[in-house]
Amino acid sequence: MARSSPRPRFESWGRYPTLDASLIPLSWTTDFPLHKAPATRQLPVGAGRSYGDVCLLENGTLLQTRGMDRLLAFDQETGILRCEAGTTLAEILDFAVPRGYFLPVTPGTKYVTVGGAIANDIHGKNHHIAGTFGRHVLGFELVRSDGSRFLCSPTENQPWFSATIGGLGLTGLITWAEVRLRPIVSRRIQYQGIKFNGIEEFVALSKANTHVEYTVAWIDCVSTGNNFARGIFMLGDHSNTPEPLTSSKEPWLTLPIDLPPFILNKASIGIFNTLYYNKQLGKIKTGLVDYEPFFYPLDSVLHWNRMYGKSGLLQFQCVLPWETDQMGIVKVLKAITASGLASFLAVIKVFGDIASPGMMSFPAPGITLALDFPIRPDVSLDLLDRLGRITLEHGGRMYPAKDATMTAAQFQAFYPQWQDFAKFIDPAFDSAFWQRVTSATQPIYAEQTLF
Amino acid sequence: MAQAKRTIPGAVLALGATSAIAEATLRLFAARGARFFLVARNADKLNAVAADLRTRGAASVATYVMDLDDTAAHPAMLATAAANLGTIELALLAHGVLGDQAEAEAGYPAAEAILGTNFLSPVSMVTWLANYFEASRQGTLAVISSVAGDRGRKSNYVYGASKGALNVFLDGVRNRIDRSGVQVLTIKPGFVSTPMTAHLPQNALFAHPSAVARGILKAIETRKDVVYVPAFWALIMLIIRAVPGRIFKKLNL
Repeated sequence: MARSSPRPRFESWGRYPTLDASLIPLSWTTDFPLHKAPATRQLPVGAGRSYGDVCLLENGTLLQTRGMDRLLAFDQETGILRCEAGTTLAEILDFAVPRGYFLPVTPGTKYVTVGGAIANDIHGKNHHIAGTFGRHVLGFELVRSDGSRFLCSPTENQPWFSATIGGLGLTGLITWAEVRLRPIVSRRIQYQGIKFNGIEEFVALSKANTHVEYTVAWIDCVSTGNNFARGIFMLGDHSNTPEPLTSSKEPWLTLPIDLPPFILNKASIGIFNTLYYNKQLGKIKTGLVDYEPFFYPLDSVLHWNRMYGKSGLLQFQCVLPWETDQMGIVKVLKAITASGLASFLAVIKVFGDIASPGMMSFPAPGITLALDFPIRPDVSLDLLDRLGRITLEHGGRMYPAKDATMTAAQFQAFYPQWQDFAKFIDPAFDSAFWQRVTSATQPIYAEQTLF
Repeated sequence: MAQAKRTIPGAVLALGATSAIAEATLRLFAARGARFFLVARNADKLNAVAADLRTRGAASVATYVMDLDDTAAHPAMLATAAANLGTIELALLAHGVLGDQAEAEAGYPAAEAILGTNFLSPVSMVTWLANYFEASRQGTLAVISSVAGDRGRKSNYVYGASKGALNVFLDGVRNRIDRSGVQVLTIKPGFVSTPMTAHLPQNALFAHPSAVARGILKAIETRKDVVYVPAFWALIMLIIRAVPGRIFKKLNL
């Protein structure tokens, strides 16, 4: 894990862990299998926006798919788009919004590839209405390292379709996919923000607003006492008032350097949380906002992950059942506030019960909480370990795309179907994540040089 | 020379249409509803590019598979393209190889192959196209050359020579047919992140093909003669050309 490697390095968004690998760019769907098979194991990677190690493979060969970014077909009537797997959601929006279409499901960043969206079966603020991204995938081509090519859909090669959605890139290379987009008549979102205090109020708001397409909340994971679990519940629907559908502008802000680690500390984050909570003065705020700040507030600063400095960040996302066991989420929140490590990017949402076609898909009915932590010696990994144990005790699970710390025992308990899934893994493929959660002797990544 | 913006060309002949810079440029024209006649060696790749341009708004896309090293076959291809497009308004020449400098130093055959693809093939194509455009008294002849043609460097002077020779040839053609209303545009990209350069260590000087494409489109719109893309390469090459020879020969460039 030396930092002096002369080779260009592919990093995940959390920049932790950092592992060396050879990089091979794929520009065409016919570039794979490689003409000269590498001696190492391989893993397809997209934009590197997953946080932990699902897109890493130490001393392996990473197949970079971003060059496969062609739009192969679009039906203006049905909104069905066929594109190569390295196309980003940002590129789809640039194309589709002026034509009156939007993504069926979008995560909090538009800079992920379609292949990555399928491999991690991503979800968004409309999970309670739309389910995961995989539900809107009509089909794709899967190419195996032996050169066999499968068309996969709910009706063709269904087991491969199911294993590949949420399959972490391990089942083969997705070369192209067909996705059904949803119509819009305006770029804008009819928005409402409602302040809440405590988990009960958050759940009550979620239940009262299941008819609203997008719901999510920002939650303060720093404050204690009367302010424990305060937050702002955000609701949005695509505006029904027709307006000109223009393309988005390119972001002009970029964080050019790694910030020193002391910038983010308990005091600065506490101040941010108080300011953020109070930026909305009244209990309820409504308005029309553009989709960019509504869905992608952080995308306006390119490389925002450099805010955490060279040592990177740890992201944690779990889902915990609520109806049967309300203590899990409360314990998780209490452990986070007690640690004093929370960041200002804490997000909470109630998932719906729409099943995903994906065999290894993460979302499940209940409450999901996502936030990131700066990496601090000793304390960060201890906290993540505690959060993993609470999640397991209370019948929840963690999200591989945002994980660098779950143990093999935890993963295998969260995803008991993992051995069935393993049969679908391409014999030439592997990932650092998969090695970590399936090996008997789990590698715990050493904390990187911090200061 | 008129600097005012004009309507951008709507009938496009692209040679080496599967090159990353060509593809990125063609996408900008597709979004404006252009018609295309695409030429490249590999049918699978050509079909993928054609599908993409159609999806992005091209009014029509025709494809033609050939090896542009075969200069004898140029006139037949050009006749087919002209018949398909009606009038060719823009010809974008983007085919080229980086080659292997070490091989080209070791023996002439490798050098000849580089010169054949990067210089002789464009000379043939530009000759036919210049006559075509001169006769129709319109058109843009846009040729992708390279900053490497501005000065020979030990690391890639065979490639550099092929592009330098091409630059001189294009200067002459421009001098001949500019007065017939034909734009001859020499495009000099710096480092671009493409499959051709994927094996090189990438640094801050590397540009994305889409940035290069925007520079090319602007140069066509404003009827430039020579354009460096991204523009900062004009300054870098000004400095590199200004280094005295007795110093330059000691440098490792």
